[in-house]
Amino acid sequence: MNFELLRQLNSAKKSRIAAIVVSDLDAGTQGLFVEGDEIAQPEIAREASARFRSGKSGIAEIEGREMFFNAHVPSPRLVIIGAVHISQALAPIANMAGFETMVIDPRTAFATPERFPDISLYGEWPEDILKSQPLDAYTALAAVTHDPKIDDFPLISSLQNNCFYVGALGSRKTHAKRCDRLLAAGVTEAQLNLIHAPIGLDIAAANPAEIAIAVMAEIIEAFRKRGSSDGAKV
Amino acid sequence: MSKTISNANKTPLEFAEDWLGEGRKLALATVVETWGSAPRPTGSQLVIDGEGNFEGSVSGGCVEGAVVAEAFDVIESGKPGMLEFGVADETAWEVGLSCGGRIRIYVEPVVSDQ
Repeated sequence: MNFELLRQLNSAKKSRIAAIVVSDLDAGTQGLFVEGDEIAQPEIAREASARFRSGKSGIAEIEGREMFFNAHVPSPRLVIIGAVHISQALAPIANMAGFETMVIDPRTAFATPERFPDISLYGEWPEDILKSQPLDAYTALAAVTHDPKIDDFPLISSLQNNCFYVGALGSRKTHAKRCDRLLAAGVTEAQLNLIHAPIGLDIAAANPAEIAIAVMAEIIEAFRKRGSSDGAKV
Repeated sequence: MSKTISNANKTPLEFAEDWLGEGRKLALATVVETWGSAPRPTGSQLVIDGEGNFEGSVSGGCVEGAVVAEAFDVIESGKPGMLEFGVADETAWEVGLSCGGRIRIYVEPVVSDQ
């Protein structure tokens, strides 16, 4: 490995950009690709694309050569807007599934450490928190307050920052009104279509914990299928 | 977020960048293949300097000694090498990978640009 490649790799990792180092184990040669790079060799491109999705490193035999793909993928995050009953179940489930999770709600009656033990909790406005901790492509956002004053800003921000998952709680009627507001705020139709609403997989969830599981399943699906043709939201 | 970046969770590759900047000679060891109950997953890394200082891990401490020895050769020759440890291998018993797994470790030089 040379210094330049090492520097580029560390810089990608610091910026939470996925990168893969491909080493030809026979020849001792090496290359670095970051997610989204055009890769000329189709077999390498296919292998890299699968490993960007799975985040798993390993060897592949390409044209009779042993190639090692070392995948450096940022750890996924979940930002939950709203310290509500669903969030009390969703936050620990997400932590358990390996997502670095934070809950934001400016209503301090909701955002109490007693209701959210061992969870990164912010009793502040999302616009203030997201300034210092911006959303990115490896972050999921679930907005569950129903309150436009709280939900709309982070929803717009998540679409602008290409979050791999954006979900919003609310009935179809609530969501239709939300779409009108977001369009007026400059969000495009294509971006609106990326919002998962009603939120969560349809498993006929009947209480807050079940809804949390439906939401988590939808987030995992979006994360594991990102970048693949079946990952496009329908 | 409650987590902060400190020296304690600096990655082996960050150590490598700092050490190279200080002009140290380095080798990087990477687990490229595992079978059975290997202690560290594929992709795990250990960076070693010419004095035998190292950061990271490629096993639970079982084979690091042997990897450091190989790293000296790699630093000296400037050529990468492959190591394999497993229960079928006598040297593996000597260095103690007795958990039943097998691992292959690629050791490569890390060189500055000039």
